[in-house]
Amino acid sequence: MMRLPPFRYFAPATLPEAVKVLADYGPAAMVLAGGTDLLPNMKRRQFTPQALVSVQQLKELRGIRETENGSVIISAGITLHELAAHPLIVSRYPALAQAAALISTPQIRNTGTLGGNVCLDTRCNYYNQSYSWRKALGFCLKKDGDICWVAPGSAKCLAISSSDTAPVLVSLGATFLLVRQGSERLVPAVDFFRDDGINYLNKDPEELLTEVHLPPPQGTRSTYLKLRRRGSFDFPVLGVAAVLRIEPDGVCTAAKIVLGAAACKPRVADNAADMLIGQKVTQALITLVAQEAAKLAKPLDNTDFAYGYRKRMAEVFVRQALTKLAE
Amino acid sequence: MNHNDTLIGKPLPKVDGLAKCFGTTKFADDLFLPRMVYGKILRAIHPHARILRVDTGKALARPGVLAAITRSDLSIKYGIMPTSQDETALAVDKVRHVGEAVAAVAALDEETAEAALEDIEVDYEVLPPIMSIEEALTAQVRIHEESKWGNAQKEVALEFGDPTAGFAQADYVREDSFFYEGSTHLPMEQHAVVADFSPDGKLTIWSSTQTPHYVHRALAKVLEIPMSHVRVIAPPVGGGFGGKSDPFPHEFCAAKLAMLTGRPVKITLTREEVFYCHRGRHPVKMWVKTGFRKDGAITAMHFRSFLDGGAYSSYGLASTYYTGALQTTTYQIPHYKFEGVRLFTNKPPCGPKRGHGTPQPRYALEVQLDKAAEALGLDPIEMRLGMLTPANSETINGLKVTTSGLRECIEKVRDRSGWSEKFHQLPPGRGIGFALSCYITGAGLPIYWNDMPHSSVQLKLDRSGGVAVFCGAIDIGQGSDSVLATVVAEELGIDPADIRLVTADTDLTPVDLGSYSSRVTLMMGNAAIEAAQKVRSLLFTVAAERLGCPEQDLSARGRKIFSRTDPERALSFAEAVQLAETHFGMLGAVGSYKPPKLAAPYKGSGVGPSPAYSFSACIAEVECDPTTGLVNPVKIWIAHDCGRAINPLLALGQVEGSVYMALGEVFMEEQVFRRGLHKIPSLLEYKSPTTLEVPEIETILVESLDSRGPYGAKEAGQGPLLPVPPAIANAVYDALGVRIDEIPITPDKVLKALVLKERGDSLRVSVPQFAFPAPIRWQPGEKEKRP
Ligand SMILES: Cc1cc2nc3c(=O)[nH]c(=O)nc-3n(C[C@H](O)[C@H](O)[C@H](O)COP(=O)(O)OP(=O)(O)OC[C@H]3O[C@@H](n4cnc5c(N)ncnc54)[C@H](O)[C@@H]3O)c2cc1C
Ligand code: SF4
Repeated sequence: MMRLPPFRYFAPATLPEAVKVLADYGPAAMVLAGGTDLLPNMKRRQFTPQALVSVQQLKELRGIRETENGSVIISAGITLHELAAHPLIVSRYPALAQAAALISTPQIRNTGTLGGNVCLDTRCNYYNQSYSWRKALGFCLKKDGDICWVAPGSAKCLAISSSDTAPVLVSLGATFLLVRQGSERLVPAVDFFRDDGINYLNKDPEELLTEVHLPPPQGTRSTYLKLRRRGSFDFPVLGVAAVLRIEPDGVCTAAKIVLGAAACKPRVADNAADMLIGQKVTQALITLVAQEAAKLAKPLDNTDFAYGYRKRMAEVFVRQALTKLAE
Repeated sequence: MNHNDTLIGKPLPKVDGLAKCFGTTKFADDLFLPRMVYGKILRAIHPHARILRVDTGKALARPGVLAAITRSDLSIKYGIMPTSQDETALAVDKVRHVGEAVAAVAALDEETAEAALEDIEVDYEVLPPIMSIEEALTAQVRIHEESKWGNAQKEVALEFGDPTAGFAQADYVREDSFFYEGSTHLPMEQHAVVADFSPDGKLTIWSSTQTPHYVHRALAKVLEIPMSHVRVIAPPVGGGFGGKSDPFPHEFCAAKLAMLTGRPVKITLTREEVFYCHRGRHPVKMWVKTGFRKDGAITAMHFRSFLDGGAYSSYGLASTYYTGALQTTTYQIPHYKFEGVRLFTNKPPCGPKRGHGTPQPRYALEVQLDKAAEALGLDPIEMRLGMLTPANSETINGLKVTTSGLRECIEKVRDRSGWSEKFHQLPPGRGIGFALSCYITGAGLPIYWNDMPHSSVQLKLDRSGGVAVFCGAIDIGQGSDSVLATVVAEELGIDPADIRLVTADTDLTPVDLGSYSSRVTLMMGNAAIEAAQKVRSLLFTVAAERLGCPEQDLSARGRKIFSRTDPERALSFAEAVQLAETHFGMLGAVGSYKPPKLAAPYKGSGVGPSPAYSFSACIAEVECDPTTGLVNPVKIWIAHDCGRAINPLLALGQVEGSVYMALGEVFMEEQVFRRGLHKIPSLLEYKSPTTLEVPEIETILVESLDSRGPYGAKEAGQGPLLPVPPAIANAVYDALGVRIDEIPITPDKVLKALVLKERGDSLRVSVPQFAFPAPIRWQPGEKEKRP
């Protein structure tokens, strides 16, 4: 079978200890949450960290709570299953509950965490392969090589952001709390993801993601639609997160559309969403908005399904998501 | 206690079921021997390259590495078919696909072995790869330089009757082209092997194989040790589906490394390596021309197939013939021509996957018939009912059909599915489709020429009334162990739980050729009945004397031997055994089975004949979304003529499993390559359905009671796969009005077809040009083959 490379294992009991190990090792350490993404990648030698820092024992990473101003704070170590089933999430941020429930299998949802899902490595089927496979190919920019096989002219890696919760968190206006030894900072979700398949997060290796803050929904409705081959456990090859607020008179006063799995980071379709503001949400308008939003989807031949098909589906899925919210 | 009681037809649990549920079954990878070490295989990184140098010096110097082997250690050729021995355990002059074995190491642990692979230096001269049927036909470069037909492994042309005259009689002739994509078996258990070499020169290997007998022969040949010094044991196999039917490099490597190190060696493949072993479904391009009368009857058929064989021959000879053999066993075809060619390409070799070479032509045939029915204004089911190959008949290509429950299968699915209210009448986006099929119950001929039995069973009775049954058959999950125990228990009137099975061990068990071609229930079952009846007659001899009644009056039931007319007169089974042992000495018996001579007298007639044929009919209902192109199977009705369901639970399991596998092939599975590499060699990215993707399946077992099968049984393990893909394709047409003549039916193909339809066009499959050889001609009744 495939074996893990050697590494040192740390299981700190407190947050300060955890960030200290991260600071000591710098880029040579990686955070281990559920391990559902990291460990298979290590077996395939995408990562060979000297140290793994487990966050299993950190109390600070457990739980979901509401603040006085109506925000909700989700700790990064919450499992996907807990997230999908939590009453606060289900009632106020249904898109997030839907996205979490659509991730993979019950086994993965019981083990995988929100933090891990947000920090999920970008994916590409030239890259999510064993070491010997990648060696046979001649490796690629993202790891050990100097060419991008998807777009050989590209100086940049185009691996796909494949997290289901990422586009939803961006659409909900979430902010992330990043803690490092001696300091912490809050980063809006939209700035957390970078348009680069290699350096895909605005996060230093020493930083631990501890919390995800969600602003009060303020009368919005949200939904998430996911395209994939098998409903039983596949990654998204397209995700559409949509948030709308429609006033009693039928006029839309807030709109957000974010495409997942369509680029290196979640793509925010503000041009499209703005077309809805101040308007009644008719089918005709939805069709135009969907066409506009789909322009942002630039799928490449590096995941499942033909890429032309995925592009076509972006429009269909945005239409379906908006129709659902407008009902 | 009634002499009419029977175990046959009872839904008994599998004899190995509990162990599998509790996780205590010991598969090959579960075995640990004292002092065992681990082997790993270095695999080719080029699809096509000459090997200039292999140097294991550095690897051998790594602490913990015990041995390393290369081409000079294992250079003798082997192959499953005697006429195409073109494989070596480690590549000798060239590598012909990415993943081909080049060198192997043994080390104290897997980590060291893996690291040592990186130390091995291989210099290659890269050659242009051939990755498609078309490239293989036109390329200058040859994958096997010595092969006489360029990159064609095998060319076949057969002609029966007078096709030209047949087409002239047709009212309607159509030509269609189809493509059936390749797919792999995906057994849950990855191949594993443990080899042990003892100081007296004897080799034992435990391997997850469907064919221990052939592995036995190949090991002796390649390692140059007598067969009597080689023992092959197949522990329970965690799924095979045809993917564990060839001898494989890891088996030779583990054996050689054990011989060199004097320590047991284990090699367990990774999932990716299983994709490189492959031997899966051939991608096949097909062209079919068929002439019809107004009532749908076929006047002539001309069928051409182009098989993308991968880098080696494997079972390819048989696969090629199978793409042309069984068209005639379902429909009366008075004049028939078949041409087939199998091409070498730089991909892992294709071979037998459930249905071996027949799902592809079945797809073509059943979709074409659906098109013809529409053109002729006939109901596709009624049309077929008028032209079925009758029971007890001989086909134009000399296949002898015995029983056939096909008509009953068709009527059952038609009536249960509500076909007449649904066909052409479902709301837009919903559709229903029909197809049928036929499959062999064991090949009539063995793989290597001989006149010996295909299966044998040996019994040993002990004084407690227990029975040990020895047979070379291997349970790969299909339930052969349960069938074996049931048959012997039935004949001896005891409980299957009283039976201890010793299977698939070439030292201890008599030969059974293996779990392939749906042969085991029929052949092993018949052998088991013969053996059991022999001992039963010994028991009856002594019991008759003791009970004072004639032997014909005796019955063995409920662990007793008793008089039918006066059941009070009885002996316990154990008492009878003791009496018989006293009288005759140690009690045992053997039984054997060999199929009757079936092949017609022409060259190439060896593939297709079978003691009996199974039949299936399937109706699929689908719902399609024209905006996304997604097709969702709603329900599958399938009826299968298995002759007799010895255990209906097992038969149902086989039918349902076949439907699963078929749905994978029709909707998503693709063994495809990009830049010479397998595109998606993982369980996550190679898409195959899980239970959640599979709709309700209504299975109907039809029993035609074939006198050649044990208690009338035929096969159930492969045939039911065949009608499902074309039934789905025909249902998609009913739903959306588009024909998808290629597998898999993916949403983007559906959308493309819808766009083309608006322009009055349709998706088209291209089939290459090829100059087939002059056909071998034959007519039923003809004694001598004509050149
Ligand atoms: C078969 C399969 C199917 C899958 N399907 C899906 C799917 O459909 N959708 C989907 O979105 N994902 C899918 N995944 C990916 C993965 O399981 C999930 O994204 C999961 O949420 C990852 O969480 P984890 O806790 O296991 O992360 P880990 O594997 O532990 O970590 C993932 C990455 O995040 C980093 N990390 C984790 N926690 C933190 C933290 N608190 N601070 C900083 N860095 C951190 C790790 O260092 C690592 O780089 C699938 C995985 C598998 C194996
Ligand atoms: S997008 Fe290009 S560089 Fe990035 S992982 Fe894929 S092949 Fe490698």
